[in-house]
Amino acid sequence: MIEIKDLHARVEGTEILKGLNLSIQPGEVHAIMGPNGAGKSTLSAVLTGREGYEVTSGSVTFEGEDLLEMDVEERARAGLLLGFQYPVEIPGVKNVYLLKAALNAKRKEQGLDEIEAPAFMKLIREKLKFMKMDNSFMHRAVNEGFSGGEKKRNEILQMLILEPKLALLDEIDSGLDIDAMKTVADGVNSLRTAERSILMITHYQRLLDYIVPDVIHVLVDGRIVKTGDKSLAFELEKKGYDWLLEGAA
Amino acid sequence: MASEEMEQLVRKEYKQGFVTDIESDTLPPGLDEDVIRHISQRKKEPEWLLEWRLEAYRHWLTMKDPQGWAHLSYPKIDYQAVSYYSAPGAKNKDAPKSLDEVDPKLLETFDKLGIPLHERAALAGVAVDAVFDSVSVGTTFKAKLAEAGVIFCSISEAVQEHPELVRQYLGTVVPHTDNYYAALNSAVFTDGSFVFVPKGVTCPMELSTYFRINAANTGQFERTLIVCEEQAQVSYLEGCTAPMRDENQLHAAVVELVALDDAYIKYSTVQNWYPGDEEGKGGIYNFVTKRGDCRGDRAKISWTQVETGSAITWKYPSCILRGKDSVGEFYSVAVTNNYQQADTGTKMIHIGEGSRSTIISKGISAGRSNQSYRGLVKILPTAKNARNFTQCDSLLIGDQCGAHTFPYQEIGTASAQVEHEATTSKIGEDQLFYCMQRGISEEDSVNMIVNGFCKDVFKELPMEFAVEAEALLNVSLEGAVG
Repeated sequence: MIEIKDLHARVEGTEILKGLNLSIQPGEVHAIMGPNGAGKSTLSAVLTGREGYEVTSGSVTFEGEDLLEMDVEERARAGLLLGFQYPVEIPGVKNVYLLKAALNAKRKEQGLDEIEAPAFMKLIREKLKFMKMDNSFMHRAVNEGFSGGEKKRNEILQMLILEPKLALLDEIDSGLDIDAMKTVADGVNSLRTAERSILMITHYQRLLDYIVPDVIHVLVDGRIVKTGDKSLAFELEKKGYDWLLEGAA
Repeated sequence: MASEEMEQLVRKEYKQGFVTDIESDTLPPGLDEDVIRHISQRKKEPEWLLEWRLEAYRHWLTMKDPQGWAHLSYPKIDYQAVSYYSAPGAKNKDAPKSLDEVDPKLLETFDKLGIPLHERAALAGVAVDAVFDSVSVGTTFKAKLAEAGVIFCSISEAVQEHPELVRQYLGTVVPHTDNYYAALNSAVFTDGSFVFVPKGVTCPMELSTYFRINAANTGQFERTLIVCEEQAQVSYLEGCTAPMRDENQLHAAVVELVALDDAYIKYSTVQNWYPGDEEGKGGIYNFVTKRGDCRGDRAKISWTQVETGSAITWKYPSCILRGKDSVGEFYSVAVTNNYQQADTGTKMIHIGEGSRSTIISKGISAGRSNQSYRGLVKILPTAKNARNFTQCDSLLIGDQCGAHTFPYQEIGTASAQVEHEATTSKIGEDQLFYCMQRGISEEDSVNMIVNGFCKDVFKELPMEFAVEAEALLNVSLEGAVG
């Protein structure tokens, strides 16, 4: 699905990623953990093509294509979607409008006609129900006045509708109470298929109780210093990151 | 967004830039009493109106050009270099009586603008009084309106057909002493619209006028007067376009609205006059005085405007809230791009007890444009329990444009409630990135965000025009991606 090789990236002249390697196969769920400042958010920004992040060397191949050569919206249409840590408010723009525009942009790329209104509404209602969200939500402005939980559920709802090939989830659990986290986790788990890959970036181990990853990586100082299965999360929970920091130094 | 990339993207083409080649009866440039007499004579006006014009002209001569007053900069205007009268058709020929007599090229022009003069208008339920330069060439649906007792015609025609009404109301909201451009307009106005809705009548359709400035170097001095008697209601839409020209063209209109007891006037404007090219060359100078007088109790006047055009705009649609519990509203979206300058806003003058006003202003600046909101809320001691709510938001696209807010408040009674909210934001890189990360193109993302920003105003527009306004906004910001 995605192959990251020796990736180096800078933000405002400071090198943050220092030779990151990562490979995810279709159907796999990976988690990246690490202390603050390790480069977790930089990685998601670089992969999605956010401005202000300069890749100095290395390569990223997504479905055989050079991801770094693609524009932001091309990456999205190709199937790389980001669940934001802090979803932004867009006043006056209805959720339903954003979703329809996004879905049609993807369909256009695939050479399909725009989705018919009834089919679209049916799809949305079904996914809303799954995410335990009220239908009125569609007519609210994007993320405006949403609680933390609603914002995160909205991110997952978009994923359920836009069906990415690789879902990148940046701290999707931050600011959630336990019930909201369960709903979000149910949404993410329903995204798991044999073809789709998921990459979760998280600070805390608790999310991994609900979404059990196939592989866990520990990111420290811009590099992946340890990779293991889900038991690694428990080890981190117990021992913290310090023992790995020493190893990296 | 890198600034060079943005500069490249902040480009637009003016889609209505064509000149219709028809013979026109145009006075040579210059202004003196003879020119005014000529205009008045050409229009077969009664003596009182000529005197009224001359009085305004004499007063104008004593006034000082307010250039430099507003937050605008432009070269001094030579008022002697402007032609004050231009009528389509050969010299001395009377204005056409019906659409059949209208020059087909003229109708073609309206076609290009998408104005439904013929049967299509019926479908839209819109009556159009089309103004081509200075003479109104065709008024549709007059019969249907007449049945309801509504008078909708050009002001020249009203002067001939309903002189007593014109004389009763003309200049009572905007006297010629009001300001420099109002005085100039009073002296030389050539045409415009007249609407009269009698007591108890709700106008059966939306009324609409498209103004179009065509002849080179003619100033256009429209005069519009709308009167709603007790319990009468009307919704009026003014749309404006001008062809592409290198010279700056002067436009100084006056619009007067009078609402008696329980009357409601809704005045909507969609203005996309030529704003000048990317270097700031050419474009319309738009110095307009628009004012509504809520003369009766519970009268309501609502201004809604979507302004995307003109090189320079100086415009403050205002309400005088004289009646008890009268209501004034101002909803505005102004878009400036390239080198456009706009100094616009409103005035709400509260005189009547319990009068209320709402101001929602949305300014969008792109390119190297500059925009100012200037609003006055004045509450006189008589306006007990008056209320005002003001919200003005500015959105900047790119980093070479400017937005300025000048709110003025004069509160003469302690029982008044006045709220003011203002925000200025740069079009959110975060918002753009969010939309684009959902696969939506940069251009569509900007349009979506800008339209969302303007939603509070668009929802005030009559349905059929809200769509047009949205489309216009998208054209104006075509490529103006930040």
